[in-house]
Amino acid sequence: MLAYVSEPTVHPIAAAPNPEGEPGFGSPGELAAALEATGYLPDEGLATAAYLALVMHRPLFLEGEAGVGKTALAQALAEITGRPLYRLQCYEGLEASQALYDWDFGRQLLHLRAAEAAHATDDTASLEASLYDRRFLLARPLLQALEDSPSVLLVDEIDRADDEFEAFLLEVLSDFTISIPELGTVHAKTPPLVVLTSNRTREVHDALKRRCLYHWLQHPDFDREVAILRRRLPQVTEQLAREVARATATLRTLDLLKPPGIAESMDWATALHTLGARDLDPDLAARTLGAVLKYREDTDRVQALARGALFGG
Amino acid sequence: MLGFARTLRHAGVPASPDRVEAMLAALGALDVLNPTAVYWAGRLTLCGDPDDLVRYDAAFAAYFAGEAPRAARPTASVPPQLAVSAPLDGGSGESEADAETEELATRASADEVLRHRDVAGLTAAEREHLRRLFTLLVPAAPMRPSRRRRPSALGAVHPARTVRRALRDGGEVTRLLHRRRAPRPRGVVLLIDVSGSMTPYADALLRFAHAAVRARPASTEVFTIGTRLTRVTPQLRLRDPDAALIASGSAIPDWSGGTRLGEVLKAFLDRWGQRGTARGAVVVVCSDGWERGGTELLAEQMTRLRRLAHSVVWVNPHKGRAGYEPLTGGMQAALPSIDHFVSGHSMAAFEELSGVIQRA
Repeated sequence: MLAYVSEPTVHPIAAAPNPEGEPGFGSPGELAAALEATGYLPDEGLATAAYLALVMHRPLFLEGEAGVGKTALAQALAEITGRPLYRLQCYEGLEASQALYDWDFGRQLLHLRAAEAAHATDDTASLEASLYDRRFLLARPLLQALEDSPSVLLVDEIDRADDEFEAFLLEVLSDFTISIPELGTVHAKTPPLVVLTSNRTREVHDALKRRCLYHWLQHPDFDREVAILRRRLPQVTEQLAREVARATATLRTLDLLKPPGIAESMDWATALHTLGARDLDPDLAARTLGAVLKYREDTDRVQALARGALFGG
Repeated sequence: MLGFARTLRHAGVPASPDRVEAMLAALGALDVLNPTAVYWAGRLTLCGDPDDLVRYDAAFAAYFAGEAPRAARPTASVPPQLAVSAPLDGGSGESEADAETEELATRASADEVLRHRDVAGLTAAEREHLRRLFTLLVPAAPMRPSRRRRPSALGAVHPARTVRRALRDGGEVTRLLHRRRAPRPRGVVLLIDVSGSMTPYADALLRFAHAAVRARPASTEVFTIGTRLTRVTPQLRLRDPDAALIASGSAIPDWSGGTRLGEVLKAFLDRWGQRGTARGAVVVVCSDGWERGGTELLAEQMTRLRRLAHSVVWVNPHKGRAGYEPLTGGMQAALPSIDHFVSGHSMAAFEELSGVIQRA
């Protein structure tokens, strides 16, 4: 895929490339069906968003409460397109050397010492050129995603990175090119499918959002949540899945400090199933509340709000 | 479709030309005759904020139901008259003429007196003078160590720089280079009470907020509290203090209304604070603590704020008066969760406040 690399030296962390090439999707509906086959059940808006991101080569910017399946979407998209997934987890202080590439200084020094020992240091020009070779370059997620194109690039929790990093990302995402002064420019033949996620802990700059498709992910409705629970946790009974979904939906209306997401309801259903429950028993529910509620205040409130009323049939 | 984009802009969704272009491209990729496809193509490309989604839905319904594009009146509220804007103009020319004839020494002493006067009892001319003092106020930001490291003469060894330099010297490490954590400004959140009882001070507090936003635009957030929560940070980013105050004045719907401190504080923590705005920040609440609702909610939310924030500063203008005791119910409820309790009634008090924020 690249001008200067004959063999890919990076290893994808997920799905192996599809041998018969890229499967195409003719409409959002087809994409939704493919996603459903992997166990990710998108609603119409999300399917359209993913379809457009794929067709228009525009990054997809996903915002929403924690635990509504933002990261899982990127994984599912990688699976259905057969592309490798590269994930860049953002945090404060994230630098270019951790996001793009870094030179392997230790190996460069070693190479230099080896050349010295072999008395091959006469031709300085070729020695220098051999120092800045591709094999001494450590590719980080952004470069990996461009090199291994077509790929899926997940930039997770962009709101945690500094705003300087946003500006830097803008540059990479606008033309999918990274220039390395010592080596040359890396350009992806097919732009990677980029998924950016944010929990809105900070307002992301408008310049970045403008280049993306924006989608706000909501908690799934009751039927979809039951379907997701059934699909992801086939061992859980239909009865338990419905009751967990109903109780979680009720919990979301209670104005809690942290309303439970789909990840929490899945945890809860798993916890109940592990304890041998076939339906939502009030006593078991109260004991496993720690799987859905993560604040003491919330737990206290919900327990005070009557065990029977909330969890009963 | 361009007419629809115009409708959206009237409704307050930032449908800029490049976004409209993206929408047209999206429509090209979808089925144009399918209304839901059109809905999603527009929503995915033209919106950029959860607040936009509601406006988009309304505009979409209105436009495709056949309504002509027209400017949506945001709310029928009359822009409140700020104490600064109108009445001062008459006095300003006069005071300027006076200032020129005055001797420098007397002017300086007048500054000094004005600095300690309660802003509630000032005449228009004195306010105008104080306004100019405010432009000189540059609140310093509190700092915190960041994760990002910068090259420095001291600190831990910087491997990349050291080796890069060694490579230049033929592989010989001749000198160790160092790096250390760069300090970053800590977030500052100002919550300003604009209810009826705070009217005499709201203007000065907003001016202080403007000075703070202007000094550190990226790390300062300002909200007004009253019967509801309003974010005025974007308005206060305007350079000119008067323009900024007029803009924020028209953005505040509950000017000089009642106070529901507990509820509004909860709204702030739910929507902004817990997500990150208040985390590790210096939160400054400017209020007299008059609470209409029960004080339990306020006490509970203050404890919650205390756990999220780096430190909590409460500014009560009445504290500057001789013999003040924090007796209002709201104040009593909030006191256990406050790190610094300061007055904010005069220019000198604001200078002191900026010191407290910096060291908090």
